[in-house]
Amino acid sequence: MSDAADQPIIQFDKVNKWYGQFHALRDIDLSVARGERIVICGPSGSGKSTLIRCVNWLEEHQQGRLIVDGVELSDDPKAIEAARRTVGMVFQQFNLFPHLSVLENLTLAPTWVNKLPLNEARERAMAQLERVRIADQAHKYPLQLSGGQQQRVAIARALCLTPKIMLLDEPTSALDPEMIKEVLDVMIELAGQGITMLCVTHEMGFARSIADRIVFMDQGQIVEQNAPGEFFANPANERTREFLSKILNH
Amino acid sequence: MSAVFTSIPARAAPLRMLGARPWIRTRLFPDWTNGAATVLIAALLAWFLPQLLDWALFNAVFSNDNAACRAVAHDAARPGACWGVITEKYRVILFGRFPHADHWRPLLASLILVLMLVASCRPRCWRRWLAPAWIAAFAAFFLLMRGGVAGLTYVETARWGGLPLTLLLATLGIAAAFPIAVLAALGRLSPLPAVRAACIGYIELVRGVPLISVLFMASFMFPLFLPPGMTPDVLLRVLAGITLFAAAYLAEVVRGGLQAIPVGQIEAAKSLGLGYWQTQRRIALPQALRHVVPAIMNSFISTFKDTSLVTVVSLYELTGALGLALRGDTDWRPFYFEAYLFIAIIYWTGCYAMSSYSHWVERRLAVSNQTTGNAR
Ligand SMILES: Nc1ncnc2c1ncn2[C@@H]1O[C@H](COP(=O)(O)OP(=O)(O)OP(=O)(O)O)[C@@H](O)[C@H]1O
Ligand SMILES: [Mg+2]
Repeated sequence: MSDAADQPIIQFDKVNKWYGQFHALRDIDLSVARGERIVICGPSGSGKSTLIRCVNWLEEHQQGRLIVDGVELSDDPKAIEAARRTVGMVFQQFNLFPHLSVLENLTLAPTWVNKLPLNEARERAMAQLERVRIADQAHKYPLQLSGGQQQRVAIARALCLTPKIMLLDEPTSALDPEMIKEVLDVMIELAGQGITMLCVTHEMGFARSIADRIVFMDQGQIVEQNAPGEFFANPANERTREFLSKILNH
Repeated sequence: MSAVFTSIPARAAPLRMLGARPWIRTRLFPDWTNGAATVLIAALLAWFLPQLLDWALFNAVFSNDNAACRAVAHDAARPGACWGVITEKYRVILFGRFPHADHWRPLLASLILVLMLVASCRPRCWRRWLAPAWIAAFAAFFLLMRGGVAGLTYVETARWGGLPLTLLLATLGIAAAFPIAVLAALGRLSPLPAVRAACIGYIELVRGVPLISVLFMASFMFPLFLPPGMTPDVLLRVLAGITLFAAAYLAEVVRGGLQAIPVGQIEAAKSLGLGYWQTQRRIALPQALRHVVPAIMNSFISTFKDTSLVTVVSLYELTGALGLALRGDTDWRPFYFEAYLFIAIIYWTGCYAMSSYSHWVERRLAVSNQTTGNAR
């Protein structure tokens, strides 16, 4: 194994972030190994979204060091661009581009960012659409699809840039119950492919089956982190127990 | 008790009521207030329309017979319009002070611009060659109007006038204003404070003064700051004034569209690695401009009509040429009204075409965008 492969792919080192006077991330230390699958959970407003949005610089941290795939994120635009090319993101609200067809949503970044020839980008896009089992909808517009289909398109769009890291921010929270499963199935398949995953979700069944580690956050801090078995069986912290009892007992 | 489920097969939708009778009842007399309004409007039309037709057609004089015109104008019992003023003066109204013998040149130049405008509205012409075609069209326009080559006599811009001048100011003004407006709108939303301040300064300064004063400054004050002999042509200066004025208003329209875009769209573009300009070009602007098509067309229509103000700096576009034609002529001066109606019809035709086109674009976008209806 080479040196680079041993290095964590994401390294938070005493990262702090404020929104105005509000201290949203407090001394975050977190290191993620290559290929590791991490599920982040915690009560609303605890800073989960803020944490993962720092990884591709949608939010900038003000203190501490954050290293993504060997590049330290600072306000150097080159570093940010480099990080964004290795990081794919899936949003709660899908955020597909409504004025572009499904296929155009997928080929946009490969053609304009990676400068791939259009037919190559199309081939790659169709392969990803096959993967999320939605290739027959390639020529529709996003708003003609159901929520579950839109989210699968969004996952395919992120994958078209062949990212090393996938960030997923509550990908199933905006979906009707009967559509959650089709998206979770795609995510489980994705998790089996060795890509590094950071996923904010409250789908504890999903977390238990695919996560290498569960990170629990509260009030901008990482309260505890553990392998799923241990995390659910023996939560160390009082707040974790409280959270788990709320989320599992209904 | 358990109800037995039976599936209901799809049935055809009920037929719409057809024919004149139901239409009249439901559209014209649905209840007594609407019925009364219908009757009132019909009565007004019945009273007004015959008088209008008498004046405009049956009692009107169409030949350039000044005596006959004066007679119908003073006939209190059977007043009529004097369209003869147009028969007599249309060449001056349409082409201003352009040398009379060479009127085919402004005519051809105007036709070129109108044809290009019509062609540019058709989606099948939205090709790569459209931009070079426009450049060629403007080159041909200037060549024809200015002359000085190929045996055409030289005509200085101060003598250009009438319809070609109106068309030139409007098309070139709008074409130049649009990109400036987009840049100013982006600048106003820019995270860079210097860029933002400059754009806000420009937009608010221009929006704070009337177009007339912008034109005065462009034509009289601007040359004072330049060494003599260096001053650009008055037409160019006025064109710059109109462009900057129109761009400031248009910039605010575009900004409104940009601000209506959900922040998630921009975040998605960033997360895909698109840079600032790519994000604006591929994601933000296409959506923003779609939202504000009616307001953009509103701006264009204003600019088209605002060109009539260049008269104040002695450029005789349509309105100015009309004054030129009648002011000094005591015989025809009484018939300003008919002459104004004539150019009003020209303006109205242009504006109505623009507004219909905007409706058509909106409908087309609504269809191609497929934002409604969940096709599952
Ligand atoms: N742009 C912002 N400006 C000000 N405060 C913000 C902003 N974004 C988030 N916050 C605050 O920061 C805190 C953490 O927000 P964050 O979105 O990370 O929470 P979260 O854990 O993802 O919550 P949820 O489960 O509701 O999505 C919240 O208290 C929120 O109010
Ligand atoms: Mg969140």
